[in-house]
Amino acid sequence: MADMTQQLQEQVLQARSNGQKLNIVGGGTKAFMGRAADSDAGALSVAEHTGIVEYHPVELVLTVRAGTPIKDIEAALAEEGQCLHFEPPRFGSASTIGGTLACNLSGPARPWSGSVRDQVLGVRLLNGKGEHLRFGGQVMKNVAGYDVSRLQAGAMGTLGVITEVSLKVMPKPAATMTLIQDMAMDEVIDYMNRRAGEPKPITGACWLDGKVYLRLSGARSAVEATAEKWSGDVMENGDDFWQQVRDLQHDFFAGNDVPLWRFSVDSTAATLNMEGNWFIDWAGSQRWYRGEATLSDLEPLAKAAGGQVSLFRGGDRSGEVMHSQPEALKAIQRRVKNSFDPDGIFNPGRLYSWL
Amino acid sequence: MTTKPKASKAQLAEQFRSFIDPEYVITDDETLKPYECDGLAMYREMPMLVVLPETVEQVQRVMRICHENDVPVVARGAGTGLCAGAMPHKEGVVLSLAKFNRILNIDPLGRTARLQPGVRNLAISEETAQFGLYYGPDPSSQIACTIGGNVAENSGGVHCLKYGLTVHNLLSVEMVTAEGELITVGSDGLDSCGMDLLALVTGSEGLLGVVTEVKVKLLPKPEVAQVIMAGFDSVEKGGDAVGGIISHGIIPGGLEMMDGHAIVAADDFAQAGYPREAKALLLCEVDGTEEEVHEHIAEAEELFRKLGATSIRTSQSEEERALLWKGRKSAFPAVGRISPDYYCMDGTIPRRHLARVLLEMEKMSEEYGLRVANVFHAGDGNLHPLILFDANVPGEFETTEAFGSRILELCVEVGGCITGEHGVGVEKIRQMAVQFNDEELQQFHDVKAAFDPTGILNPGKGVPTLKFCQEYRSIEHKQHKHEQTDAAHG
Repeated sequence: MADMTQQLQEQVLQARSNGQKLNIVGGGTKAFMGRAADSDAGALSVAEHTGIVEYHPVELVLTVRAGTPIKDIEAALAEEGQCLHFEPPRFGSASTIGGTLACNLSGPARPWSGSVRDQVLGVRLLNGKGEHLRFGGQVMKNVAGYDVSRLQAGAMGTLGVITEVSLKVMPKPAATMTLIQDMAMDEVIDYMNRRAGEPKPITGACWLDGKVYLRLSGARSAVEATAEKWSGDVMENGDDFWQQVRDLQHDFFAGNDVPLWRFSVDSTAATLNMEGNWFIDWAGSQRWYRGEATLSDLEPLAKAAGGQVSLFRGGDRSGEVMHSQPEALKAIQRRVKNSFDPDGIFNPGRLYSWL
Repeated sequence: MTTKPKASKAQLAEQFRSFIDPEYVITDDETLKPYECDGLAMYREMPMLVVLPETVEQVQRVMRICHENDVPVVARGAGTGLCAGAMPHKEGVVLSLAKFNRILNIDPLGRTARLQPGVRNLAISEETAQFGLYYGPDPSSQIACTIGGNVAENSGGVHCLKYGLTVHNLLSVEMVTAEGELITVGSDGLDSCGMDLLALVTGSEGLLGVVTEVKVKLLPKPEVAQVIMAGFDSVEKGGDAVGGIISHGIIPGGLEMMDGHAIVAADDFAQAGYPREAKALLLCEVDGTEEEVHEHIAEAEELFRKLGATSIRTSQSEEERALLWKGRKSAFPAVGRISPDYYCMDGTIPRRHLARVLLEMEKMSEEYGLRVANVFHAGDGNLHPLILFDANVPGEFETTEAFGSRILELCVEVGGCITGEHGVGVEKIRQMAVQFNDEELQQFHDVKAAFDPTGILNPGKGVPTLKFCQEYRSIEHKQHKHEQTDAAHG
């Protein structure tokens, strides 16, 4: 539970003056993500920079140091009957909030409860000049200045070292229930979208191996009444199932031999025509695919479905792993990167080869 | 932006008229006049000229010409903004998106709508109601304000605590850059690869690009909504009740608070049956399924009673719900009736400091000799103090501004911010120096330059120059001996 800001700042300044690059590391559980880390760069560890800075349950706001493990945050919130309702995946007990934000990782409730990016209210970060800056704040509404806090989501540490994160937190739902039924893949897109369009307390909708799973959470009476009305059997240990989905611990995700691809697409897009194993989550918006392929094979499919694809785990990580960007957006992202990190110190090439 | 424009008004008008209907290239003072201000009419400036393009390609050409000639461009929607963010530049072009008013597509199954930027906020919900859907953010100007302006300001409304701001309800934004390139940030998926440019662009006040298309998410309309009106004999008790309901685990669809002055003014205006003797009034709306609303309303009523409510009334019909909201929704015009003019502030504070902030505001009110009424988005901490003044009294607006400035500084001092939903624009540019230090402001300038290297988009708004800030801070310190800046950044 230490404030390591000063040490981190010194390391950044030193790296800058030595012309050295830095790979930012938190709990080290997301090393498999992004492009392979630059082997010539030194490591900048945020893991010791932990602790809750402020937590006011009544305000629904939590401020933590970036190296704080998700599990510690969740334990503190649970004592007050609250939770991170974007359900951040935990790839191990060391997974931190800083890494979660940098990788923009959210769990099965994402279409209804928002993503980590949606819940971020403010950050502090060290930019490439070693300046420790504060953006956003600890209140729900704040439109002063550009939204640099949410910009960090998905940037994979290329803009700076996140040192502190303020988040909106929510009450834990009073009741949860999961409904399960058999359904073919070509029917499920329409079905999940229809259910998501009803004003019912739905917080999860996924399809795997010929079965559709719907999760209801909220006031007990609402959950029970909806379960009565909707088809499907009540699943025993439904919560365990969603935990496995959330943490990518389900059998579908097991093993490293077959690459894991992630499609983020229009929820209503027809099922993508590719041989291999599919897992459809987020009521159709997030589709996991396991199979040998290349990014250039899959990009047209993702594009036709209104979205993007990335190589989430495994496969060749020396080339690009994220959906390619048009030239105009590349130019803007390079300039944005340059505005935060003019010497290109942080996580070189981790997000794109050109950034 | 310090460079002088390289083209004259006549030259620009001629170029624009070569590809835009000449009627929509406005150069005469009489027709330019309505564009001189936005919803904050105290700040005015006549533009050099106004263009109303009709196609995206025309917008691109306007931007290319302005970029080549170093001509400032101020994009404009309905002009309902409250921070002078759309106030023209005297040597610049106002780029009105008024012609872009079509709903391009509604996807009922996917619950999305693709919109041109000039579509009115309320029109989205009206048009999608037939599918049982609506658009979440509902700023009080929703009858007139446009989705493009909502993106520029990251607009909120009364339902933010539960349903979020504009940034939470967007899928993608298509925009034209300062150099005239067309880009799309975001996608039809819920997130995209890489840094979140969609979030960065949202709320950027027209400084990073000109929005030409927006894709929004739609929500299923809740089955039921009921509102509880609860009166309290002190602001503290009202504030505690807000905390109480949230700690209890209920997230209301809307949670609004009014102080004694606002209660009386609103009740006079709307005859909503508000408890006129109350010092604080809460409107707590619970929405969801029938069962959920039934359960939560019962719990909330009991909780308010326990926390000292002096009166409680729960809407039993849609008519009654509308009546209870009518007072709150007409609070601004209601206050307009008891004072020749009013000035609406927009700070956000951590709710636990509410009583302290209101008390200090009362003291300032005496000090400045100006009345203040408070309406408050209590759920998310967004305060709207309305300072009552008379613009015809020489010097009174200046006093009002000084008072307003102190309120915003107080918001920062207690851990809040200078603007929750109205934006910085010209109006709050001075207070940016209170919320941010020079390094942070410089970072903002650098981000701006990444999108707009020559600074032609809405110059002079949003982010102050560092020199300006240093001067402002030193004057402030002398005048008030306040050290908010250090407190905020120490």
